[in-house]
Amino acid sequence: MNAMNLAERDLSATFGALADPTRRAILAKLAKGDASVLELAEPFDMSQPAISKHLKVLERAGLIARGRDAQRRPCRLEPQRLKQAAEWLGTYRQFWEASYSRLDDYLNDLQTKEKPRDRKQTRNHRRAR
Amino acid sequence: MTANKLEIIAEPGKTSFTTTRVVDAPRALVFEAFTKCEHLKRWMGPISLTMVSCETDLRPGGRYRFVFRSPDGNEVGFSGEFREVDAPSRIVRTFVFEPIPEAAALETLELVENNGKTTIKTTTQHKTVENRDGHVNSGMEAGMTAGYARLDELLAGLLQAR
Repeated sequence: MNAMNLAERDLSATFGALADPTRRAILAKLAKGDASVLELAEPFDMSQPAISKHLKVLERAGLIARGRDAQRRPCRLEPQRLKQAAEWLGTYRQFWEASYSRLDDYLNDLQTKEKPRDRKQTRNHRRAR
Repeated sequence: MTANKLEIIAEPGKTSFTTTRVVDAPRALVFEAFTKCEHLKRWMGPISLTMVSCETDLRPGGRYRFVFRSPDGNEVGFSGEFREVDAPSRIVRTFVFEPIPEAAALETLELVENNGKTTIKTTTQHKTVENRDGHVNSGMEAGMTAGYARLDELLAGLLQAR
């Protein structure tokens, strides 16, 4: 149970980190390959310290790791954590997508069952007149 | 025919998220499908999960509980209390995923009919900011903000890169 709570806490940090569009863009860029802070700052209209702040959040969340090279400290994506996060939120979506897809069929069944009865009622109605 | 698609919208920094889905059926029928166990058992949850128990006392203050069994035999319950019942257009109820009771949320279901089709809108409001921040549900919210499409794309890229 403790392990599970820990995993959930980790996941919360991950999702918190993913909530920001700049951080998502950083991850998207890192998905294409490792990059330095400077390289990451370039496409965004943002100062290096601002980018560094985002990187810290991503690093704490376990979404990226940073190299030891003191000068460059290249950032690297940690895909495992992202996969975990995607799996979890995929669960909610999957649950409801699957449910609604079954609901479509079920409502369809219910309505086709109802229709003949409606027609019969109409016919009876006509006959009564 | 365009497929009816589930939309999930969650704005950053908010404690709520909404989902919308259109079904090809009149509202009264959809309301029944959402509120009666005989119907719920037939559609709620992925086919791999069996709804083994369904209780629903549809009135303000009444409770509901759904229990699902997974193929490996694990059972998990969802439950809560109805707060508002306004057939066939609106239900407000609390929602608890039983393994994580501290993540209780308030769920509003709204049904709007248009040309014989019904739009199903759900709004899930977390009880407190603490719940949102401290819990995996915050994950759901923030994660959905990230946008599945974007994340999917990213994951696809990652898997390819491997």
